[in-house]
Amino acid sequence: MAAKKSTKTAKPVMTDLKGQTLITLRTLKEKNPASLATYEKLGGYQQLKRLITDKVKAIDVINQVKVSGLRGRGGAGFPTGLKWSFMPRYFDGTKYLVCNTDEGEPGTFKDRDIIRYNPHQLIEGMAIAAYTLGAEVGYNYIHGEIWAEYEIFESALAEAREAGYIGKNLFGSNVNFDLYAVHGYGAYICGEETALIESIEGKKGQPRFKPPFPASYGVFGKPTNVNNTESYTSIPWILQHGGQAFADVGVAASGGSKLFSVSGHVEKPGNYEVNMGMPFTELLAMAGGVWKGRKLKAVIPGGPSTAVMHAEAILEATMDYNGLGKAGSSLGAGSMIVMDETTCMVKALKRLSYFFYEESCGQCTPCREGTGWVYRVIKRITDGEGKMEDLDLLADVSNNISGRTICALGDAAATPVLSFIKHFRPEFEYYIQHGKSMVDGK
Amino acid sequence: MLKIEIDGKPVEVDHGTTIIDAADKLGVSIPRFCYHKKLSVAANCRMCLVEVEKFGKPLPACATPVAEGMKIFTKSKAAVEAQQSVMEFLLINHPLDCPICDQGGECDLQDIAVAYGTSGSRYTEEKRVVFNKNIGPLISTDMTRCIQCTRCVRFLKEVGGMQELGMVGRGEHAEITAYVDQSVNSELSGNIIDLCPVGALTNKPFRYSARSWELVRRPSIAPHDSLGSHIEVHVKDNKVMRVLPREKESINECWLSDRDRYSYEGLNSPDRLKVPMIKHHGEWQETDWKTALEYAAGQIKDITNEHGSDALGVLVSPNSTMEEGYLIKELANDMGCGNVDYRLRQTDFRLDGKRVGTPWMGCNIDDIEHLDRILLIGSNIRNEHPLLAQRFRKAVDNGAELNIISPLDNNPLMDIAHKIICTPNDMVNVLAQILKGMSKLQRLSLCLPPSLSELLEKIHVRPNTEVMAESLAGLGKTFNLIAPKVGIFLGNMALSAPRFTEMYSLAEAIGGVSGAKGGILPSAANSTGMHMMGVMPSATGMHARAMLEVPRKAYMLLNIEPELDCQHAALAREAMKKAECVVALTAYKSEALENADVLLPIAPFTETSGSFMSMEGRIQTFKAVVKPLGESRPAWKVIRVLANTLGLKGFDFESTDDVRTKMFEGEKPSTVARKKLNNNMKELVEIEVKIKSEGLQRIGEVPQYEADPIVRRSGPLQKTKYNIQRRARMNPEDLRMMGIVEGDAVLVKQDQGRAVLMVRSDAHVARGCVRVAASHKQTVGLGDLMGDIAIDKIPAEEQEAAKAQAMEAYS
Repeated sequence: MAAKKSTKTAKPVMTDLKGQTLITLRTLKEKNPASLATYEKLGGYQQLKRLITDKVKAIDVINQVKVSGLRGRGGAGFPTGLKWSFMPRYFDGTKYLVCNTDEGEPGTFKDRDIIRYNPHQLIEGMAIAAYTLGAEVGYNYIHGEIWAEYEIFESALAEAREAGYIGKNLFGSNVNFDLYAVHGYGAYICGEETALIESIEGKKGQPRFKPPFPASYGVFGKPTNVNNTESYTSIPWILQHGGQAFADVGVAASGGSKLFSVSGHVEKPGNYEVNMGMPFTELLAMAGGVWKGRKLKAVIPGGPSTAVMHAEAILEATMDYNGLGKAGSSLGAGSMIVMDETTCMVKALKRLSYFFYEESCGQCTPCREGTGWVYRVIKRITDGEGKMEDLDLLADVSNNISGRTICALGDAAATPVLSFIKHFRPEFEYYIQHGKSMVDGK
Repeated sequence: MLKIEIDGKPVEVDHGTTIIDAADKLGVSIPRFCYHKKLSVAANCRMCLVEVEKFGKPLPACATPVAEGMKIFTKSKAAVEAQQSVMEFLLINHPLDCPICDQGGECDLQDIAVAYGTSGSRYTEEKRVVFNKNIGPLISTDMTRCIQCTRCVRFLKEVGGMQELGMVGRGEHAEITAYVDQSVNSELSGNIIDLCPVGALTNKPFRYSARSWELVRRPSIAPHDSLGSHIEVHVKDNKVMRVLPREKESINECWLSDRDRYSYEGLNSPDRLKVPMIKHHGEWQETDWKTALEYAAGQIKDITNEHGSDALGVLVSPNSTMEEGYLIKELANDMGCGNVDYRLRQTDFRLDGKRVGTPWMGCNIDDIEHLDRILLIGSNIRNEHPLLAQRFRKAVDNGAELNIISPLDNNPLMDIAHKIICTPNDMVNVLAQILKGMSKLQRLSLCLPPSLSELLEKIHVRPNTEVMAESLAGLGKTFNLIAPKVGIFLGNMALSAPRFTEMYSLAEAIGGVSGAKGGILPSAANSTGMHMMGVMPSATGMHARAMLEVPRKAYMLLNIEPELDCQHAALAREAMKKAECVVALTAYKSEALENADVLLPIAPFTETSGSFMSMEGRIQTFKAVVKPLGESRPAWKVIRVLANTLGLKGFDFESTDDVRTKMFEGEKPSTVARKKLNNNMKELVEIEVKIKSEGLQRIGEVPQYEADPIVRRSGPLQKTKYNIQRRARMNPEDLRMMGIVEGDAVLVKQDQGRAVLMVRSDAHVARGCVRVAASHKQTVGLGDLMGDIAIDKIPAEEQEAAKAQAMEAYS
């Protein structure tokens, strides 16, 4: 355990709640949002109690989740109900439940706020999942760089344990669920579910080859269900209001609300929980629009591992899986990075590729060697020593990384390079020809 | 069976087969670095990416199980593009230092780069540099060459049993390293050199001494333990340059112990005896063969004529070939002398004459990994048979329960189900308890001999032996077996124990009760062969121990250094000193042979032909890989000419093949082995279980790199951490009661022998025992390896001087 840092108290809400659909952050309007009492007042833990005391069948829970259209909020967007149905029903031994709160990608800060403001809904969501899937032990793996939230979650766990919402013989039944908080040490790769599992096991966090998937070979080699924090936190609401109600909040193929972490060149950066399918322009407006009255240049809609979009493209798009898919990018984890007209795309890409270069786990060849290569070439360009053929080289190297690695970090590292060069090639060419940026002239 | 297609060729494979295994089966080559058939799949190098129909991206052949109807393309455009891109990535940071790299010419990266690489690189940025690590005297590192395939990491963890290397750091900074300031100490460490697909890990002693294409590769058999590992000796200019494993799945698989890999350095030692020598007025003089042989024969004849042929004693190394053993026994017998023995490290000979045949391991080497229950008696298995330990490790990984009874609680680097650590005397009692426990538990009705049944009546089975008996009977910690495959084996410490007879008899009885396979794990390369060839005393002859206790007037020594290779070092030295004539057939000049009179230079295993019989009864014949050094000659020829010189008839052999035909009487060797190998006893020996030793007992193991004259002279092996100062190691409880603290110097006494040694507190030593390793000049004054021993405290004021004395004896 690292030395404990001082606990920060939860700050009041920092975004304007008007126009937001508060599902995962439903305690946000309350005075003491993170406390058990607040959550109970809003009907918290009643769904867990109902399921256990009424002995609701697992298949019925899974069906509700399927109907809800909830898709994995960690970035991959895999239907949660379907994932749950992969867990083996009968298994002679302990099954595990894991929550992935290892959000480490630049621009991603939604799970942090869920824990900060609504930890009990996450706990209830995990307990419901555990009941449904027959898992008796759960871990919430929290990113190593958000210590305060780790402590908030620990105190929430203590409250829930005290109240009998987690632990042994829940509500007098024979259902057990022991939930623990685990904190990482800040490696981005540990957000990859199998690397996260390795890390929980006390090993160096690096991804496992899949298959086998965690559902058959997860924590300690046992069947394990891994979901994102936001996904679990949506579950109690879905069971309270029904899957269809959740689906209706969103649009086709994108059920429910979504927490968008809006950062970059906006007036009011922060988390916005809105209906899936909201037009980008509306979301931008909620965040106060592009700052300083400047013009929008580009947006990375879902986090650096999703493709960057031209202003024209995103201004037409809606914020949901299909909407962004059609527009040439993807929803990712909803980490929207807004860039205004003063942004040098070459330098922006340099920063992003440095991130992937630093965060590659080094296990498999294309990513270990390729991310460093890519970063060095871009750096050379920004140092004024670029060559025109570097652009094709960058694209080629990125294509050679993509799809050839053990985990998706390789793809994630390649996407920004490919999309930046595709959409902003003239800027790169200018930089190479003139040895300085087209935008800031430096 | 699944029907699949690889590059258009149909093939049927089992469920669960990976693409790479299926391709290997079909003879389709897929490039790979991290994949190794004996290691877990890592899928990290990505070199084996292939195209699979209906999959959007290339899949790693090593980690993808085949499915019915799968169509795989290993040479399609998509597959080759993927492979070429990986090759490019692997090369961008790999140094272009092939001309000075020892791996050059036998490098997977080089070979595969020829097929999948380009002639120039698109990478113009700075290259990565990784600092080298010092991981010991056997393996040299050039870590910048490393491609992070982790074969070495996986080998040490999965096969070696202990993770001594790991990958630290992320991304480009990821590097293979050992624990901080630690070397790699596995006794199987050299295998990571073979596994390394690049020149990151190379053979340190061999470094820069030859290029791989200059070497002639000749097959041979490893001579240091009784596994009979297949080796390939690499020769340049009539000199052995290095030794590598030769793949033999049923024996050594594709591995080799460090002892077998690096002992060759001892072959080129400056100690090698190149010409015959005679001691004249106390001075050694070089001479020619004729003079030396005539002198030796004359001396022996004179002494036997005067004192009778019984005055001669013949001590034979169990590392000599069957042919050599057979001939020297014939020579002695023809002279009317029955004093011949190869069992130099045994004290208990009560089983002589009571055996049905030749004792052996009782099963095949590769049977071990399929055992369900194992009982190891008195064996420090990693020290005795490093590669065999690996087979046991596999068994344990497969779910076998390992039970250990030993005076030493050494870590075998595998899970132990139950262990009892006690004095060698108590081991007999424990075995009797297990037998009693077993006889209650076994399912078949049991007929133990009345004497044994009577004995068991009086024995109380303690809980810790009860659980062991239950384990052997099939009751398990996690899973119960109705008919477990059981293996029971006696190791070196049991073989040299004073009560070996009891241990053996009880082990046999337990084996009978449990239907176990098993037997002894003979210590040396040819122990089994020597027994089968009858290189043992005649009915009236003296065994190895008696020949030293009642000194002979003359000795013939074949390939031994008496005080280092015999059970009782002090007796051996005294006997040699007192003898009128000692004729030593030896490959080395040696301090231990100072008391000899004639030294006849013989060829070690690389310079002669012959056969060894392994623990599993496999007779393996090998040929010389280089010419004998200097004037030295194969021992079989020397014995033959010596016999002629002595005027004995019937020694006119032209070759070792001739000798073999004679010694097997024209029969197929394996037929003879089949007839003769038998662990059963003709009659039961009286067993007394209650003997308690009064004082302390010595546990005198022979360290693995001191086992025979060749390894003792291997510089690199002697530099490993296994060569440490000899200490008197005792249980901390015993030390506390005796008022001795760690680091004190003490006087160690055995019979007349004395040695000053430092004390080390060692909780791995059974109470009542003192572990003092053997075969070292520091301890040659002492007695039996497993005999009584006494420890005298040295007064405080004399401690300094005593410590200095101990240090001096070590250096």
